[in-house]
Amino acid sequence: MKPAPFAYHRPGSVAEAVTALAGDPGAKVLAGGQSLVPLLSMRLAAPSALVDLNGIAGLDLVEVDATGVRVGALARHADVLASDDVRRVQPLVPLALAHVAHATIRNRGTTVGSLVHADAAAEMPVVLSLLDGSLEVEGPGGRRTIPAGELYVGPLESSVRQDEVAVSAFFPALAPGAGVAFEEIARRHGDYALVGVAALVDGASVKAGFLSVADIPTVVDLSGVADDDLGEAALAQLEPAGGIHSDIHATAAYRAHLVRVLTPRVVRAAKEGT
Amino acid sequence: MTEELLDVRLSVNGTPRPLRVPARRLLSDALRHDLGLTGTHVGCEHGVCGACTVLLDGRPVRSCLVLAVSVDGQEVTTVEGLAEPDGSLGPVQQAFAECHGLQCGFCTPGFLTTITAGLRDNPSPTHEEAREMVAGNLCRCTGYQNIVKAVERAAEIGAEGPS
Ligand SMILES: Cc1cc2nc3c(=O)[nH]c(=O)nc-3n(C[C@H](O)[C@H](O)[C@H](O)COP(=O)(O)OP(=O)(O)OC[C@H]3O[C@@H](n4cnc5c(N)ncnc54)[C@H](O)[C@@H]3O)c2cc1C
Ligand code: FES
Ligand code: FES
Repeated sequence: MKPAPFAYHRPGSVAEAVTALAGDPGAKVLAGGQSLVPLLSMRLAAPSALVDLNGIAGLDLVEVDATGVRVGALARHADVLASDDVRRVQPLVPLALAHVAHATIRNRGTTVGSLVHADAAAEMPVVLSLLDGSLEVEGPGGRRTIPAGELYVGPLESSVRQDEVAVSAFFPALAPGAGVAFEEIARRHGDYALVGVAALVDGASVKAGFLSVADIPTVVDLSGVADDDLGEAALAQLEPAGGIHSDIHATAAYRAHLVRVLTPRVVRAAKEGT
Repeated sequence: MTEELLDVRLSVNGTPRPLRVPARRLLSDALRHDLGLTGTHVGCEHGVCGACTVLLDGRPVRSCLVLAVSVDGQEVTTVEGLAEPDGSLGPVQQAFAECHGLQCGFCTPGFLTTITAGLRDNPSPTHEEAREMVAGNLCRCTGYQNIVKAVERAAEIGAEGPS
């Protein structure tokens, strides 16, 4: 068998899940498993127990009102992507979700799971960061809300504690008159991006979020920058902010080139959408 | 220490198939080893190739990325469940045969399940949509041209209705 042995809990409520996590410091949450199961099979992770959320009723909600979109821990990427209400209230969510893996992975993987997993090459952490969204988590001490700005602390590391369950994520609505856009370069559609850029233009405020550039999702403020200087201005902020990384997929120099090319393109598209 | 076994109530291709497996049993291995349904193939076992794709309550998922215990009470459709009740080929299988959509056949079960669900959701795809439908599955032999043709042919067979 590929994964190492683990104890298995299938709680019927979030409170029971928290109790199971708190009772075993080596326990981990299982949501869609689209990131965790490969790690188990390759034995890069060997938790002592898995706390499977899939039996908890009511966690699959996708709720939309004028203030934004709330996505429950068991809402699959595919369900969020298919919602016309989500598209209407915050179009950046489906624009980015369409680039998350392939449809078959999106049928099982959860949006909240991808936010907690905190892969710097993932789309949704950047979207949550750019929009100033938040994650609602429940632990032994009750519930707390983690603002996106405090969620990402390092590569594959979020500030969700081992004994906490992320219950839902909140993506604020697009303000009237504001515009968003998203684009990424990947070897094949559905692969993790070499570089991805999301932009939010609201009046004079221009912000862009970058995935697969630094170790964590990074948002830079480009307000007041002339269109021709957007790429260089973004790089000037990204380089000190944690550096542009090199890996087997792309060198730092190539990533910098993609930032120069994509940033003006995506900001322009967001402006056209206003 | 012997490992704890858990009961899983699975329905596979419309038949209840109760299982007793360790929690770490992947659905792909449960189908192949415990139930003997070796039509579901495993290539990469980490979600990339698509050979292991089955339908879970009708939706395509990677069976190598799902624990069998996690889908307790759900319905799984494998490639063995795609034939017609009389044993003849289902429309997508027939289209693959007609269009030479396979060579070695290793990837084929994953394509057949994916396309079956894809055509149910979108019975008359454009050429672009037909390509997109199979974009998450790898084939090392065919070069994909005949697979895309098979998607389009299966859509035609579907439109002609049951023969
Ligand atoms: C072939 C392939 C390609 C992919 N491509 C992309 C891509 O291009 N972009 C992208 O963003 N993702 C991609 N993914 C990953 C996919 O989006 C995952 O679904 C997602 O990252 C994790 O969600 P999950 O529900 O599957 O989480 P799981 O795999 O179940 O969990 C991942 C981690 O998050 C923790 N966790 C999950 N949910 C919670 C919760 N509610 N509370 C506390 N902790 C939690 C788990 O403990 C675990 O550590 C890909 C996956 C595969 C297999
Ligand atoms: S074996 Fe499951 S995706 Fe390759
Ligand atoms: S037919 Fe051989 S891998 Fe596709």
